[in-house]
Amino acid sequence: MSFLKEFWKFLRVRKKFWLAPILIIMVILGGLIVLAQGSAVAPFIYTLF
Amino acid sequence: MIVVGISAFYHDSAAVLLRDGDIVAAAQEERFTRTKHDPEFPINALRYCLDAAGVTAEQVDCVAFYDKPFLKFERLMETYLAFAPRGFASFRMALPLWLREKLFLKDLLVRRLKGLSKSVPWDDKLVFGEHHLSHAASAFYPSPFDEAAVLTLDGVGEWATSSLAIGSGQKLAIHQELHFPHSLGLLYSAFTYYTGFKVNSGEYKLMGLAPYGEPRYAKEIRQHLIDIKDDGSFRLDLAYFDYCTGLTMTNDRFAALFGGPARKPEELLTQRHMDLAASVQEVTEEVMLKLARSAAAQTRLKNLCLAGGVALNCVANGKVLRDGAFDNIWIQPASGDAGGALGAALNAYHGFLDRPRIPSNGRDRMQGSYLGPSFAQSDIEARLAGAGAVYEVMNDDELFAEASRTLAEGCAMGWFQGRMEFGPRALGGRSILGDPRSPTMQSVLNLKVKYRESFRPFAPSVLREDVADWFELDTDSPYMLLVAGVTPSRRLAMTEEQQKLFGIEKLNVPRSQIPAVTHIDYSARIQTVHGDTNPRYHRLLTEFKRRTGCPVLVNTSFNVRGEPIVCLPEDAFRCFMGSEIEILVVGNCLLRKESQNPALRLDYKGAFAPD
Repeated sequence: MSFLKEFWKFLRVRKKFWLAPILIIMVILGGLIVLAQGSAVAPFIYTLF
Repeated sequence: MIVVGISAFYHDSAAVLLRDGDIVAAAQEERFTRTKHDPEFPINALRYCLDAAGVTAEQVDCVAFYDKPFLKFERLMETYLAFAPRGFASFRMALPLWLREKLFLKDLLVRRLKGLSKSVPWDDKLVFGEHHLSHAASAFYPSPFDEAAVLTLDGVGEWATSSLAIGSGQKLAIHQELHFPHSLGLLYSAFTYYTGFKVNSGEYKLMGLAPYGEPRYAKEIRQHLIDIKDDGSFRLDLAYFDYCTGLTMTNDRFAALFGGPARKPEELLTQRHMDLAASVQEVTEEVMLKLARSAAAQTRLKNLCLAGGVALNCVANGKVLRDGAFDNIWIQPASGDAGGALGAALNAYHGFLDRPRIPSNGRDRMQGSYLGPSFAQSDIEARLAGAGAVYEVMNDDELFAEASRTLAEGCAMGWFQGRMEFGPRALGGRSILGDPRSPTMQSVLNLKVKYRESFRPFAPSVLREDVADWFELDTDSPYMLLVAGVTPSRRLAMTEEQQKLFGIEKLNVPRSQIPAVTHIDYSARIQTVHGDTNPRYHRLLTEFKRRTGCPVLVNTSFNVRGEPIVCLPEDAFRCFMGSEIEILVVGNCLLRKESQNPALRLDYKGAFAPD
């Protein structure tokens, strides 16, 4: 719950409400990927991820 | 007031502890876990910091993390959106990682911190600082300057890839930023990848390779890859890069521009690779010089601080110094992400907690960067005996006489004294030393001791009072972050035939009185040694000078290729037994290879994954 509160605060401070619906869809999509695969493999390049 | 700084979960995890603003201890996690660039939560480093300060977890007032995960997530999502549907492969790999832990970093940090103490309300003590502000703080607050412009350059933090901050007393604020995906660090990393080195660690090798080449591709780089403005700001043409959407740094178009696919690791290095290295180095220097000049013009300040991974490019740093846009330069020795832990802690202390900055009195506050573990003589003896080592215990007079004598005879020596260094460079605490006058020392150290590529140069340590006699430098360079030429009177002229040699062939020609530390272009990455920050190393150099007339030693990190720098006396003994190091000095113990039990010999060649 505290995560959601903080994330909401973050969107407010950054004025990125437009990002919220896109984020929700992407997170759902990502969630499906997580469920579909056994383990997460970190890509090898820079700290982009 | 106790403030702890942490960097973790990307690469080079580290922990730092401040007491009332003073840096008490700092260390990278890799030194304890023996996993190079270890990205895990730095629990061992943290335990060491608490031990060194003599405080318990309950006494910690604030824990500062070095970047802001939500902001980074925002950048990731916006990047994927901007490039969609390209980038799905990368998205598919990154998202699970984020949804599983990185997005919930605060919870993850609290869980890990509970490993120190379950009763501490860690949630209430955690603060997050922006990545580039952490870098800027790590450069400004420990610097000897009351006022300075601060340039930070790296691959990428949250959004920023470069920033200009102004520090004044206790205040530090970022004034300008360049944002992802336009990044000087990532441009350099793209060439690191393309020339077959590992991104995030091989950049240093690329810089070492550059003097062997000619900047034949600099024009192509400027024409196609980067648009550099007069003030040093720049844009990259992303059509040539893959890092926004793919899992590599460069793409086919990049390969077509530079005439072939990326070199595979360990494939033969050709003149083309050296020319590519020279070209990207030249462009990097141009950007850094323009950024520094523009920072000087805008801020009208006399002092410059540098940090971020690109600030480890000591060749470019040397040029910025000689360019003279600023009177004084100070570079954070742990300029990479490990140093972010220090910056986060300092920023929390002076910014978030609003505590005053201690006046510098003209000296920096890094204490020579000797901020890691040290061992009492009795502990060293117990640890060495436990490892099965055969050693002689000497008093200081005997020890320094014997160490300087064996060095002058051409032996490679492991030198383990006092506190371990914080940052990527060994500065005489955990070093392998050699005689720079020997024409074979460079290749012997590379091939038989460090098991690394033969082209790689070595750095000199020189007594501060003698630096101007041997190098074209007369300023402090205690952290090996400035490159300058060997003084012309110490250089040896090459014959006409030798002049015609190309690339690595030239390496075998002695080019100065100290050939082991003179790079192909007569440059050297200099460490000045100061009596007040490392008296034992200073004394060794003084003894060596008395014996040989030369106040310089070859100084390379105490490890083999792919191994983190040694931390404990046992690590040093293992590395000694696994390589061709002939003499090992740990505290007042001296170990000779021929006296050791042959059954304890280790095969370190290939024992670590190549970096």
